[in-house]
Amino acid sequence: MNQDIFVIIEHLRGQVADISYVMLAAAHELAQNTGGKVEAVLLGQNVQGLAGNLAADQVLSVEHPALADFTSDAYIKAVAGLTVEHQPRAVLFGHTSVGMDVASGLSAHLGLPLVGSVRYFESGGKFVSQICGGKIMAEGELPAPTALITLVPGGYKPEQGQSAQPPQVTQVAAPALDGLRVTLKQYIEPEAGDVDIAKEPLLIAVGRGIQTQDNISLADDLAQALGGVVCASRPVVDQGWLPTSRLVGKSGKAVKPKVYLAIGISGAPEHAEAITGSNVIVAINTDAAAPIFNIAKYGTITDLFDLVPVLTDKVREAKGG
Amino acid sequence: MNIVVPVKLVPDLVEELTIDASGAALDTMWLRLIINEFDDHATEQAILLKERSGGQVTIITPNAEGVDDMLFAASARGADRLIKLVGDFENGVNNHALARTLATTIKDLQPDLVLTGVQAHNDLDGSLGPLLAEYLGMPYTGYVSGVIVNGDKAIVRKEFPGGLIAELELKLPAVLGIQAAEQPPRYVAISKVRQAMKTATLEEMDAPGLNPDGGPTIGRMFQPEAAEKAEMISGNADVVADRLIGIFKELGVL
Repeated sequence: MNQDIFVIIEHLRGQVADISYVMLAAAHELAQNTGGKVEAVLLGQNVQGLAGNLAADQVLSVEHPALADFTSDAYIKAVAGLTVEHQPRAVLFGHTSVGMDVASGLSAHLGLPLVGSVRYFESGGKFVSQICGGKIMAEGELPAPTALITLVPGGYKPEQGQSAQPPQVTQVAAPALDGLRVTLKQYIEPEAGDVDIAKEPLLIAVGRGIQTQDNISLADDLAQALGGVVCASRPVVDQGWLPTSRLVGKSGKAVKPKVYLAIGISGAPEHAEAITGSNVIVAINTDAAAPIFNIAKYGTITDLFDLVPVLTDKVREAKGG
Repeated sequence: MNIVVPVKLVPDLVEELTIDASGAALDTMWLRLIINEFDDHATEQAILLKERSGGQVTIITPNAEGVDDMLFAASARGADRLIKLVGDFENGVNNHALARTLATTIKDLQPDLVLTGVQAHNDLDGSLGPLLAEYLGMPYTGYVSGVIVNGDKAIVRKEFPGGLIAELELKLPAVLGIQAAEQPPRYVAISKVRQAMKTATLEEMDAPGLNPDGGPTIGRMFQPEAAEKAEMISGNADVVADRLIGIFKELGVL
């Protein structure tokens, strides 16, 4: 076993995902404690070009046609090979559609311990995970011998994991990748929708607290009065009350408006990570312990059903209508 | 088509969560448990597949307070077989232990598809689906929001950030981690659940020797403190609305 920290770089169709840089920043924090190096693992086909700004002591590049597009099957085999050979102290994955498919499977495959939803590492090397929709943090010692980690965003800034100095890239032979049971058929592009919420300066967002489809009209009226656009968190879109193009969150859009008015949104991590680019967040939620109030500038626990209609009237008045 | 859906209960986040005297776990005394919402979607997706092309849906869950009601509700929605695992689940169990014991039972059920929630909000040792897939020797894909079965293959829609979807083909049998069913989980009337209580059978199966190896040990739990908590505006709707109008004006959006 050595003390190095591996980071499985997440990339999709030629673009390194922000979570990869966040992981590199976390890995440096952890490596300071273990005394090891930070090694970025880049799996794919013709991906050397993605190594350029990774803040790592070394990039291990594994190229294979079966790794050209992400599938859990091929990734598990490739990472298992490297982990067994190098025995790093920890392997970091994104707590994402990519990383979560691989990390748990690898834990069972290799019999190695796994810690999920880690947000940051303490200076002493302990992990701190974020669970229960962001309401609870859980701290513990990094398990041995090799800890598999899935990392959520928020604990480190992506810029901390970027470097102007290109890292050293070492080519590593891919293990045998045969007998694969998962294959990519095609990508389906996201629905365009009538507006691009990622570009809107004023967003009125509704969450589970809105309760029924009919109540969406409360947000519509306010948005119309203010000149903003209505968007939503996952439960509202899953109910079919608003189209996918209006989804803010992990599988939807990340937004950066001047003002984000969150109505009946708890601020679970999957949603919170997509709105941190907002200039000002204003939150209306009757649960005083909702994590949305940890990232909002202004908040109120006044019931939305009392407040929103009054607010809409006052906005209309202020606009002289 | 034989579909097995492992389901578990999780703390209801609407309720206040407190940490117990050990300082390293949630206080279970007042904890209200509800079905993991992604497992609810997995149940719905299984029933949709059965309605489309026939088959049997088996719901399987570790014993906990409230699981009987949850199982009967699943029956009222269209599940055919209800299995309750009986074992040392009282103090909670991690996903490694649950996956090991589920794998033993599920192997005997010989499923074509295993559908489970892509994650649960209290997972600390990874998500259940990929662990289960590995112990069962089946392929896995998570973040799934659409499934078509075609012979011995499943075509699934996997979600990536930004709304991109990958259409993947998996050889059956397979385990899928469901993010969202193709339709929202259906509502069933209480009267139908009551009827299921009279007619449906709960099968109990032993789950001996839970082995949690592979999960972390938690030394301490705490509630996060915001670096800068929101400035809270209190008062009736009128007062709060006036202040918000003022804020909108300051920010230049009104």
